[in-house]
Amino acid sequence: MSDVIDRPILEQEATAKTRLRIIDCDVHPSIHAHSDLNPFLPKRWQEHLKTYGSHLRTPYIGTTPYPRSSPLIARRDAWPPTGGPPGSDLDFMRKQHLDPLDVEFGILQVLDLFIFSQQNLEFGAAIQRAINDWQLAFWSDREPRLKASILAGQDDTQLAIAEIERCAKTGRYVQINVCPRANEPLGRRRYWPIYERAQEIGLPLGIHVGGYGGHAPTGGGWPSFYIEEHQSNAHTVAAQLSSLVLEGVPERFPKLQIVFIEGGFGWIPATTWRMDQHFDRFRSEVPHLKRRPSEYVKQHFWFTTQPIDEPDEAKHLRALIDWVGADRLLFSSDYPHWDFDDPRFAFKTPLTETERKKIFNGNARALYKL
Amino acid sequence: MTRHIVARTSEIPPGGNKVFGVEGRDIVIFHVNGEFFALLNRCPHEGAPLAKAACVARLTSPEPGVYQRSRVGELLRCPWHGWEFDMRNGQSYFDPQRVKVRSYPVAVESGEELQKGPYVAETFAVHVEDNYVIVEV
Repeated sequence: MSDVIDRPILEQEATAKTRLRIIDCDVHPSIHAHSDLNPFLPKRWQEHLKTYGSHLRTPYIGTTPYPRSSPLIARRDAWPPTGGPPGSDLDFMRKQHLDPLDVEFGILQVLDLFIFSQQNLEFGAAIQRAINDWQLAFWSDREPRLKASILAGQDDTQLAIAEIERCAKTGRYVQINVCPRANEPLGRRRYWPIYERAQEIGLPLGIHVGGYGGHAPTGGGWPSFYIEEHQSNAHTVAAQLSSLVLEGVPERFPKLQIVFIEGGFGWIPATTWRMDQHFDRFRSEVPHLKRRPSEYVKQHFWFTTQPIDEPDEAKHLRALIDWVGADRLLFSSDYPHWDFDDPRFAFKTPLTETERKKIFNGNARALYKL
Repeated sequence: MTRHIVARTSEIPPGGNKVFGVEGRDIVIFHVNGEFFALLNRCPHEGAPLAKAACVARLTSPEPGVYQRSRVGELLRCPWHGWEFDMRNGQSYFDPQRVKVRSYPVAVESGEELQKGPYVAETFAVHVEDNYVIVEV
């Protein structure tokens, strides 16, 4: 870092013709009020929400187990002047994010109502259905740049598949989202019917960090601080990548494309090196794998870039990108959350023109068929 | 360096801030504990507007279980990633020598004094009875 940085490290190109438009693979829309969902939520579940509320697989009701660093985990400048929570006002999102950063497409990731952490799976499925409809009515219909993801909590596999099929028929969704912290590791066979359906339909499987699966968020138990819990996002996706690969999901469903969202990518090299090393020694334990784990990772998995790793020396980020491979990376901003990455400034190391095109646009365009 | 008259002191309430365009830069002026501080309105990390920062205290801990709060309101916590900066000099809390926000000298002067000049006050009618915030850019 220089003494005083008051200029962008990577300026966007000056002219409109040569400018690289951004595909942002992680944009969070928010519900303005619970009643926004009423048109899409059967009376039975509206009354349930009113009477019993939201019961999560975590120790607290109505809040997260760890107080976040900023209200609603949002950028402090992202509260719409019209009121309502950050991410709830389309015009303000256009003005603050989509237009100035020249976002060509934004992939919606809804986290409201702790969508994948509901203890009552049937209620969870009902809100997922409502939110899937709401994404089209409130966002994609009004702003064609914003593309919806099918929320399908995997712990009730049948309901998840029914919802995937219902939404996929419309042809309007670009991804199927499942929870990164389910009741069991994601590679387990109980979840395979979902992967089979996703492969048949041809939509990528998105796994956005967060939520609670009824287990402690770290392998070491319940941590003390948000700073520790925030770290655990990366541990969780590393564990789920290992589970998916080692249980043989990409081997069994070779056309399935899997995207890890908001897990960053600094942990990938060490995780895959270790998986390969162990595979060379214990392959007889997992004879269903035909290739080394890293080969599956390099073909079947994608990773969004935010929160980008910030090593003290920029050359280490450069090495990291080389190790992971520019083909595997999808730019994401996480707007409007506090750990937002600005596409102009987040990469503190130079990228080649080819790499920039892939990471900021081309990879996502191909993956999501945009 | 040119001294610019940017505001009447009464325009920036205690605990508040205001952004001014000075020589093509967005400069944010904070009013804390009776003092004014001017910084470039841009975090050196990813460019967040510091006018939206939380103004916090310096919180330190000499040992586990003991904490000390000082300089209440004089530290900025960036509205995005929470990097902390000292309003007095723009230095970051975590790497004061290498990471800092550009800061500018500020003074408060009376209208009477200012009548003598020379100052740049493009859009101001300076009144003798008021006090003004001056920033050097």
